[in-house]
Amino acid sequence: MIERQVSVVMSIVGERVVRVDAAEKATGRAKFIDDMKFPGMLHASVLRSPYAHAKILSIDKSEAEAVPGVYAVCTHEDVPGKNRHHVVTDDQPFFAEDVARHYGEAIAAVAAETRELAEYAVTKIKVEYEELPAALGLENALLDEAPYVGGEENIFRRYKIRKGDVDKGFDESDIVIEHKFVTPYQEHAYLETNGALAVPGSVGDMTVYGTMQCPFYVLHAVSDVLGLPQNMVRIIQAATGGGFGGKEDVPSLVAAIAAVLACKAGRPVKYILSREEDLICMSKRHPAIVRIKMGAKKTGELTAIEADYKVNAGAYVTLSTIVLWRGTVHVAGPYRCPNVKVDAAAVATNMVPCGAYRGFGTPQVIFAHESMMDELAFRLGMDPLEIRKINALCVGDETSTGQVITEEMGMGLMETIERASEESGWAEKRKKYSNQEGETRKGIGMSTFLYGVGLGAGGNYMARAGAHIQVYDDASVLLAVGTAEMGQGMKTVLSQIAAEELGCPLENVSIIMTDTSHVPDSGPTVASRSTVVSGNALRDAAMKIKAGLYAAVSKKKGVPPEVMESRDGAIYNRENGKMLMTFGEAVNAATGTRKHLAAQGWYISPNTDFNEEDGHGNIYFTYTWVTQVAEVEVDMRTGQVTVEHLTCAHDIGRAINPTLMEGQIQGGSSQGMGYGTMEEILYDKKGRMLTTSLSTYMIPTIQDMPDVTPIIVEHPYKEGPYGAKGVGETPLMGIAPAVTNAIRSATGVPIREIPAKPERVLKSLEGEEIL
Amino acid sequence: MLSEKVKVSFILNGSPVEVEVPSHHTLLEVLRERLNLTGTKEGCGKGECGACTVLMNGEPVCSCMLMITQVEGAEILTIEGLGDLENPHPIQRAFMENGAIQCGFCTPGFIMTAYALLMKNPNPDRKQIKEALSGNICRCTGYMKIEEAVMNAAREVK
Repeated sequence: MIERQVSVVMSIVGERVVRVDAAEKATGRAKFIDDMKFPGMLHASVLRSPYAHAKILSIDKSEAEAVPGVYAVCTHEDVPGKNRHHVVTDDQPFFAEDVARHYGEAIAAVAAETRELAEYAVTKIKVEYEELPAALGLENALLDEAPYVGGEENIFRRYKIRKGDVDKGFDESDIVIEHKFVTPYQEHAYLETNGALAVPGSVGDMTVYGTMQCPFYVLHAVSDVLGLPQNMVRIIQAATGGGFGGKEDVPSLVAAIAAVLACKAGRPVKYILSREEDLICMSKRHPAIVRIKMGAKKTGELTAIEADYKVNAGAYVTLSTIVLWRGTVHVAGPYRCPNVKVDAAAVATNMVPCGAYRGFGTPQVIFAHESMMDELAFRLGMDPLEIRKINALCVGDETSTGQVITEEMGMGLMETIERASEESGWAEKRKKYSNQEGETRKGIGMSTFLYGVGLGAGGNYMARAGAHIQVYDDASVLLAVGTAEMGQGMKTVLSQIAAEELGCPLENVSIIMTDTSHVPDSGPTVASRSTVVSGNALRDAAMKIKAGLYAAVSKKKGVPPEVMESRDGAIYNRENGKMLMTFGEAVNAATGTRKHLAAQGWYISPNTDFNEEDGHGNIYFTYTWVTQVAEVEVDMRTGQVTVEHLTCAHDIGRAINPTLMEGQIQGGSSQGMGYGTMEEILYDKKGRMLTTSLSTYMIPTIQDMPDVTPIIVEHPYKEGPYGAKGVGETPLMGIAPAVTNAIRSATGVPIREIPAKPERVLKSLEGEEIL
Repeated sequence: MLSEKVKVSFILNGSPVEVEVPSHHTLLEVLRERLNLTGTKEGCGKGECGACTVLMNGEPVCSCMLMITQVEGAEILTIEGLGDLENPHPIQRAFMENGAIQCGFCTPGFIMTAYALLMKNPNPDRKQIKEALSGNICRCTGYMKIEEAVMNAAREVK
C-alpha cells in the first residue's frame, strides 16, 4: 500500500508548468502515426459494406490481387488467429463473415505500394450481397416486426436500480412530472483520424504503432487476430491527435486490419482512415431516449425518481454494456432522493456500433435530469438554483445506488453551485431576464451533476496501473506508464507528480510514449482515471527509488533515512530543515554504491461493487462534482441560439496543473456546446450516413465559442495523488442542459430534444404560440 | 488512374526546390510524402479543417486543396520554416506558454494562420483574431487559450 504522505512544501504540483510536449507540437516535430515511415512500407485501404444489413454471398478478390503493386488482399479467411474483437463479448468480427450488420462494416482490405493504388484495388474486389431488412433507429429496432440484430430480442443488455419504493414516493409528493428526452449521436471529431502502422518482426513477432487511448486493448486484439502470444506483440503509441473516447476500442479494429495485411504481405503496412471513412465507421456517442418521472414536495424536496433509459448501441455490443451501466447509475443526478427506480437497455440496431465518448453514457441522462430539475422549479415557482441547493447531496447522504458520500472522497458539490452562480451573476441576471419582449431575448440556465471517477464497479478487474521509473547516472529520469497521452496533458501532469515525489527538478524528467513492452497492463486511458491511477503508480515507484537514494545519503551523512524528505531538487533533514544533498549528488552517491535506481510501481484502485439485482453498491471510489452555467441569446424570429458565456465550476480534488485544468474545462465545454446546439449525424432511409465531412457534421469554430470561465474547486480526495480526482470528461457533460435551460429562461419554452438547432428551437417557439 | 509526372519548382522555407511528381498530387502530399516535411497535417483532405495550412506568397492556404502545379514559382512557408525546438518563433512560444496546445494536431495550421494574420495586422483585436482563425478547427482547447496566445504573440512580435 502506498504511504499517503502529502509533502509539506509542493514546488511542482499545482504549478502552471508548460506542457512537456509543447515544443515538439508547436514546431511540427511531434510524430503522429501518419508521420511515420518504414522501409518497404505499404498502404492499406478497406472495402466496407454499402448496406446496413446484407448477406455476403461471395467475395472474389482475384482481380484486386492481380493489380501490379498490390501485395496483399485480405478477408476474414486470411485471419491467422481469431476474427473476433473482444471488448465485453466476442460478437464483432474484424472482417465481416457471412453477414454485414452495419453500413461501413469492414469486408476486405488491400495493402499496396501507394494509398492511391490500394484505394483503386479495393474497387476491384467483387462482393455479391443479398440485402436484408435493417433495424434502423432505436425505436424501430424494438418493434415486433423488426429484423433481428443481436442480443435478446434486440436488447444487448439491461440494468436496473431499485431503491426505496417509487410508488410510495409519488404518493407522498405534491407534484409529479414526466417527460421524454431525446439525444443525438455525437462524433468525436478528433482532428487526427484513426490509423495504425504494423511492422512485422524477424521472428514472427509484430509491432504496431498507432493513434490510441488504450494500448493494452490493442495488444490483446493484435495478439488475438494474429494468433500470437502477447510477448510476440508490441504496441507503441504514436503522438495521438485527440481521443475523447473515440480511440478507446476502435483502434483495435484498425490495428488488427493493418496487422493481418502486414502479416500476409511480410512488409510494414500503414492504414490511415480518411475523414469520411472515420466518420462512417468509427464509434460515436450513443443516441438515447430517456423518460423520467419525478415527484417532489411543494418545498422542492425530491420524493421519487423513475427513469427508463435506452441507448442505440449499434450492430455490435462493443462497449455499450459498460456505457449503459454508467448511465444507469448516474440517472438520478447529484440529488438526495429516497426512492429511485431505473430501467435501462442497450438496443441492437443495424447501425454503427457506438462506444465511448467523454461522459460515457451520462451526458444523455444529465440532459434529462437537469431539464427535469428546471421543469420542477418552473412548476413550483422556484429558482432553479434553489431547487438544486435543496436537493444537492451532502456528506453522509446516499446516492441512488446507496453509496454514502464521505468527506474523504472530497465533496465540493455545494461550493460548485455557489461559486458558479456567484461568478455568473445568476440572481441579478435571472431578475433582469424575467420579463423580456422583443425579437432577441437573453437567458441564463444551469446544470449540476456528479461523475464517478475511474472504471468503477463496471470495470473493477482492470482498475490497476503500472509505472516504471529509471534514474540514469547523470540524474536524468525516464518515466514509462501504461496510460496514454492524447492531448489531455497526462505526460505533463505525471511528470509533475514524479518530479514532486522524487524531489528532482522537472527538467530532469522525461516520459516516453506508452509502450506495452515497458509496463504491465494498466487498463484503458478512460474514465478520467489516468492522473489518479498512473499518478499513484508513479508515486509507488518513486518511493522505491527514494529508498535507494536515502540509503546512500544516510551512509555518507550519518543521518537516518526516516528523517529525510525530498523537495526542491534536494534531500533534506526534516528535523532541522538542513539540506543533505542535491538530487544529483544523491544519485551519484547511490550509483557509486551500486543501488538499483530503477523501479516498477503498481497501484490498485480501492474496490468497488455493484449488485445487479437491485443496483446497489459502492460503485466508485470518488466523484467529481460540477455546476455549469450558460448564458444565451435567442433570436425569436429564426430560433438561432447564441451561447454568450459559460461558467464552469469543477470540484476536481486538486489541480496538479491549473493551466491544463482550464484547458480541459474550456475544451470540454466547447464539445458540450456542440452537442447541445449544433452537432448532428444524419442517415438516409437505407442507413447510410449523410454527414460524412466536417462541413456537414459541424463542430464549434472559434467564432461559435463564447468565453468560458473555469472555476477550480479543490476538495481533496484522500487516495488521490496530492488529492487529485479526475477531470477529463466532466467539462462536456452538463453544457447541453445548461444551454437548453437558458433557452427556456429566455423564451419560456422547454427544449427536450438536442441539438437545439434553429429549426428545432423555432418549432418549440411556434408550439408555445399554438398552446 | 496514373497521371503524368510534372516538374515543379518553388521556394520552400527560403530555399529553392524542384520536384517531379504526378500532376494530380496536392501540395500537402508533396510536402509530406516527397519532402518529408510532416509538420503540416491532414485532418480532412477537403479544405474544411485548416490543419494543413501553409503560407503561399504570404497568404494562408489549405495545402490539401492546391494541386502541385499551382505552386510553380511560389514562395511556400511551412511550420518547419518558422522556428525549431531550439529557436521557436514567438508565435510558437506563445502557443506553448499559453496552454494553447493540447493534442497538437491542429497546432501547426493555427500557428501558420496566426503568422499570416500578424504579418498583415500586428495589432489585431479579438474580433479580427476570431475572423482570421475561423477556418481552423480545434477540438481540444475550446479556442480561448489559442486566442490569448495570438494576442500575446502580437505583443511579442511587435
